[in-house]
Amino acid sequence: MSQAATTTQRRVSWFEATARQRLAALLDPGSFTEFLGPAAREISPHLALFGLPAQFDDGIVIGQAKLGGHEVFAAAQEGRFMGGAFGEVHGAKLVGLLRAAKAASRDAVLLLDTGGVRLQEANAGELAISEIIRAIVDLRAEGNSVIGLIGGRAGCFGGGGIIAGCCTRLIVSEPGRISVSGPEVIETNRGVEEFDSQDRAFVWRTMGGKHRYLTGGADCFVDDDTTAFRAAAIETLAGRTPLTVSVLEAEQARLKARLKRFGAAKDGSEVWQALGVTNPASVPGMDTEEFLNATKAVRESADDAR
Amino acid sequence: MAIVGVVASGNLEALFERTDDESACRVEVSTAAHGFQPLWEAVLRDFVARGTGGLRISINDGGARPDMVALRLAQGLRLMQDPEA
Repeated sequence: MSQAATTTQRRVSWFEATARQRLAALLDPGSFTEFLGPAAREISPHLALFGLPAQFDDGIVIGQAKLGGHEVFAAAQEGRFMGGAFGEVHGAKLVGLLRAAKAASRDAVLLLDTGGVRLQEANAGELAISEIIRAIVDLRAEGNSVIGLIGGRAGCFGGGGIIAGCCTRLIVSEPGRISVSGPEVIETNRGVEEFDSQDRAFVWRTMGGKHRYLTGGADCFVDDDTTAFRAAAIETLAGRTPLTVSVLEAEQARLKARLKRFGAAKDGSEVWQALGVTNPASVPGMDTEEFLNATKAVRESADDAR
Repeated sequence: MAIVGVVASGNLEALFERTDDESACRVEVSTAAHGFQPLWEAVLRDFVARGTGGLRISINDGGARPDMVALRLAQGLRLMQDPEA
């Protein structure tokens, strides 16, 4: 019974949990106050036109809470409703939350689980993505942190991938995937020779949590476990990382160097080889502890801008 | 108030709210799958027979089968029995 509240220290998979279960496990018990909850019935005004069912929270849960005693604003996307995609209401809720976080001078925690923009309300969704990016930058410019947590079913794609790139820090688990164009999109546009979306192992070698951690695209790699995400989030929130021009310039230089160093690689495993990982072929089979030990010394360090 | 489930294929969400009318249970079902009214009525009749007065239940259906509907209703009812709901 995954839905049931339990007091035992049973392992709960982040991947399998719903948005609400993730928030309940991540945040300090009983500290969460939801804004615009399901009873407000702020549903999508567009989905009914397509004969599609709405969800009362439009696939995102937002609110205020404590995390390790630290006051935060939190948002969690429900990856199983419309692939966690951004629609008009869904996006507006996140924009509002980030602006409220800035007004209150609080850090934000984003539980991202999204395929990108919802095609049935694409213009509104695209606008929302830009507004979210602006709101994240504004919040970070004030010295607050925006932490992204990625390990859900839908991964973090499209505009969600760009939003992830704007976060102060990212925490990822092995099932988590981060990219802008997803596997099927690349295959459709560039052909199966370029990217075989059916090759699950290849998808994870190029977009999966381990690869993103190794190339510095994510800062923290954790087990697919809600308590591991919670511990990593609390630790990450303890650091202060301002967003400045010099941080961005350093990041630009790092990305240029990365392209030069790995630009010819055709597969994630070639990148790991170039990084100096001993026996790159064994990386996908390693458990978290083995993986962190084997790669700590060689991974590309993520910096603040990413 | 309680919310259970997700609007996904073969699943549904059900929002439970309290009303003042202890003698009635009001259920609203929103679904894109038409032609299943007798089935919904049968499942809901079974459910309200357990004594669900004073509840308003709003369902967004993603094409759930009757066993899933019964499961979500039972989960929601249990959450509403929690004194904090």
